[in-house]
Amino acid sequence: MATLASRLFPMLSRLVRGRGRETGPVVLDRRRIYILPTRLGVFFAVFLLAMLIGSINYGLSLGFILTFLLGGVAVVGILHTYRNLQGLSIADAGASPAFAGDAASFHLQFEAPGPRLALGLRWRKDAPVAFDVETVQRVSVRVPAPQRGRLRPGRFTLSTVYPLGLFRAWSYVEFDHAAIVYPRPGEAPPDFAPAGEDGADARPGAGEGSEDFAGLRDWQPGDSPRQVAWKVAARSDLLATKRFSDVEGSSVLLDWNMLAGADAEARLSQLTRQVLDAEQAGLRYGLRMPGHDIAPGNGAAHRQRCLEALALFGLPAHA
Amino acid sequence: MPSRASFPPLPAGHWLFAGITLVLAPHALHLPPWLSAIALAMIAWRWAAAAGRLPLPGKWILVLLLAGSAAGILFEYRTLFGRDAGVAMLTLMLALKLLEMRSYRDAMLTVFLGYFLVITNFFYTQDIPLAVYLFAVVLVLTGALIALNHPASARRWRAPLQLSALLLAQAVPVMLLLFVLFPRLGGPLWGLPSDAFSAKSGLSETIAPGSISELVQSDAIAFRAQFEGAPPMPSSLYWRALVLESFDGRTWSRLRGRHGPEPTLETTGTPIAYSLTIEPHDKPWIFALEVPDPQALPPDSFLTRSLQLMANTPMQRLTRLNLSAYLDHRVAADATLPQLGHALQLPEQGNPQARELALRLRSEAGNDAEVVARALALFREQGYSYTLTPPLLGENSIDEFLFATRSGFCEHYASAFTFLMRAAGVPARIVAGYQGGEFNPAGGYFIVRQSDAHAWSEVWLDGRGWVRVDPTAAVSASRIQNGIASALAAGEPLPFLLRTDIAWLKQLRQQWDAVSTYWDLWVLGFDQEQQIGLFARLGLGIVSWRELVWGLAIGLGAVLGLIAAFTLWPGRRPAPDKVQALYLRFCAKLEKAGLARMPSEGPLDFAQRIRSLRPELADDADALVQRYVELRYGAHASGDMLKSFAAQVRRFKA
Repeated sequence: MATLASRLFPMLSRLVRGRGRETGPVVLDRRRIYILPTRLGVFFAVFLLAMLIGSINYGLSLGFILTFLLGGVAVVGILHTYRNLQGLSIADAGASPAFAGDAASFHLQFEAPGPRLALGLRWRKDAPVAFDVETVQRVSVRVPAPQRGRLRPGRFTLSTVYPLGLFRAWSYVEFDHAAIVYPRPGEAPPDFAPAGEDGADARPGAGEGSEDFAGLRDWQPGDSPRQVAWKVAARSDLLATKRFSDVEGSSVLLDWNMLAGADAEARLSQLTRQVLDAEQAGLRYGLRMPGHDIAPGNGAAHRQRCLEALALFGLPAHA
Repeated sequence: MPSRASFPPLPAGHWLFAGITLVLAPHALHLPPWLSAIALAMIAWRWAAAAGRLPLPGKWILVLLLAGSAAGILFEYRTLFGRDAGVAMLTLMLALKLLEMRSYRDAMLTVFLGYFLVITNFFYTQDIPLAVYLFAVVLVLTGALIALNHPASARRWRAPLQLSALLLAQAVPVMLLLFVLFPRLGGPLWGLPSDAFSAKSGLSETIAPGSISELVQSDAIAFRAQFEGAPPMPSSLYWRALVLESFDGRTWSRLRGRHGPEPTLETTGTPIAYSLTIEPHDKPWIFALEVPDPQALPPDSFLTRSLQLMANTPMQRLTRLNLSAYLDHRVAADATLPQLGHALQLPEQGNPQARELALRLRSEAGNDAEVVARALALFREQGYSYTLTPPLLGENSIDEFLFATRSGFCEHYASAFTFLMRAAGVPARIVAGYQGGEFNPAGGYFIVRQSDAHAWSEVWLDGRGWVRVDPTAAVSASRIQNGIASALAAGEPLPFLLRTDIAWLKQLRQQWDAVSTYWDLWVLGFDQEQQIGLFARLGLGIVSWRELVWGLAIGLGAVLGLIAAFTLWPGRRPAPDKVQALYLRFCAKLEKAGLARMPSEGPLDFAQRIRSLRPELADDADALVQRYVELRYGAHASGDMLKSFAAQVRRFKA
């Protein structure tokens, strides 16, 4: 039955089931744009009907003219509403990750041959994001991310009732894109598993060693005179302390196995919290978990790598 | 509970409030002033609320306003229904709807209601100035729709106006097609409110001293007449409306009941063909020349036994009729004579002096024709004067007029003359109608106004039948030959339009009347008959409903196809030099700001240099350069893209 319908009414079937995920930019044309009256449009038709009946009954020629003119405006408005989507090109511009329970942002890049106004981009029944496209416009839609993993938003609805609000033209886009959803960070500020490889203290600030020069900071009482940058002091009357960091020895290892007792999701949650705290504290941290052994590191890219490993734990490579 | 007015945001709100104010403005002419004032105050309140200066009223205030105003309307009109009270209620609803408006949906419905109120203006007048004005109102209301659906574009007042004008311009062909082809019905679908056609002036069913001189103060048009051949002299244009045969001593009225057949007439000469375009006057009589050709009566009309042409139903809309008339006629030799007793009837009492005079005329004259001639000579020679403002008359009105005041208007003369004839034993009756008319060379037709209203007499002469006698002509020949304005002394209270001393003004007025006559005929008077006539003239014959619907569908398809092609066509590939000229303008703007393009620098390199030197300009410049590259080298360059490129260059500020 469904196959028969799809053969007979390809348009209808596309409307109901969508076109499937697409990769490249999409240009809206007549096969992709649907248009129907809005509820207000139906109301307007009722008003026009009342005006027509009144004109007939009272023999008001100008009443006929007004009614027909407004009917003409509404009909011509269909073309203008349709045109407001026509020729619009939409490209996938990636997605921003989110933590579970939060919302991920999907980005779409719109390009128009001319101004396209009062557009709305909507995910399911959420409130639409309103925007205009003069030439190029990037639009982000937030999609709730209830659980960790890859979030595929499905199709977005692009719609417009411009210029008259009597008709609504819409189109669906579904790109082959996904946002990474990190596990929801655990709640308790955790006790760091003291897992320095050589047992070194892993408290904040303890990352400073004495081997590799890592910059200057203001001198503080208690700093060793050996570390004062005397040459700088001679030039500028300021005491500065040379900072050194050790490559090894003062990094933390965030380890799956150290979180005993909890189930997998709880462990992922805890590890996520630890990654965030370690990053914020400026620590070097490594992550060890089944399937991953990420060497200690630091910085946004490192953090992302760790969080992604946590997000995709136990999931197939492409789902 | 007062609340803030959140929708619509003001730039869009200006459109809405202005549109509503404009649509209500013409109604101020006939609404009670207090209602206009309340409506205006409510609009002002809502406007101030949108500007954040006032809170919106709570529900109870609205209920009070509604109840109070509705009571006022009920008090004013004694009803809430019908035309006038209905319009008053709609006005009130619209103003209240504004105050209650909180959301996008409310605002949209308010605009719809505004459109609806446009149509109510047509109950009162449908002339060209009002039509032009209301078209402008529709332009603003449609601008309001656009502004509501894209409030940002309302920040520049031009944007909604331009789009609104474009939409309306594209809707005009659709409207024309529907107007011509939409099947018309012959009459109303259901009964009209009793006041739907009130305030129409015209002849009433009776004539008493003063009734016509009152009507003559109006320069409203009664009808227009166009002759197929050369028009007759104005002095022979006696447009008959009503024959009045019953007299009660003061008032002449129509005779009720049947009084035998009218004698068959012998007509001579060829009939003259003419058409009448009669303004709605809500009465059945048709202003035909004597004698209507019984073989060529207009549809839905009949001749009475006293040769009045009557329509079957009161004329409630502009009606165009084709008629033909024989100007010469006499009663057939072998005709059976009508019963003439009612044409001799007089009240038993009153006006003794007039009766005495009549008997004297009778005894001095040899026959009826001579009685008529002597009576007319009396009017001509005994110092009677013609005036719009005669003295008031008492109980014996004929006596007082004939022997004391000696000044009067046509109804005085007709009445006195007919009285004298009856008293002298000559069957006589009064005819009310119009006389003459102003020839309009611009349109080739006569304009007959209420000021041309006239009353005259007909007497029965053996062997000739009913003969027209106009006693006013005996007193003031100029009235009949040159119209009323020439017959009255300066200072008589004539309507402004009848003062003919300014030539260019008169010419302008006649041209305007010719235009509005075509408007009346082809726009306002376009009904079932006109539609059928138009199809016949186009050689389509009788067009059935089914054919009309097909015609409409095909026509609409073609028109919309054209508009779609015009709207949706991406436009031709723009000429390269146009694109280049715009790009150079962009470069010139940057050069002025100290950022000159190197001669060898390509657009993309230039954009990169802009980013490094003036990062705040980079986003705009990048988009602009990207579009430039697309237009020059892209495969899908279109006219639309050029337009937006031009806009980008225009807006760019270095």
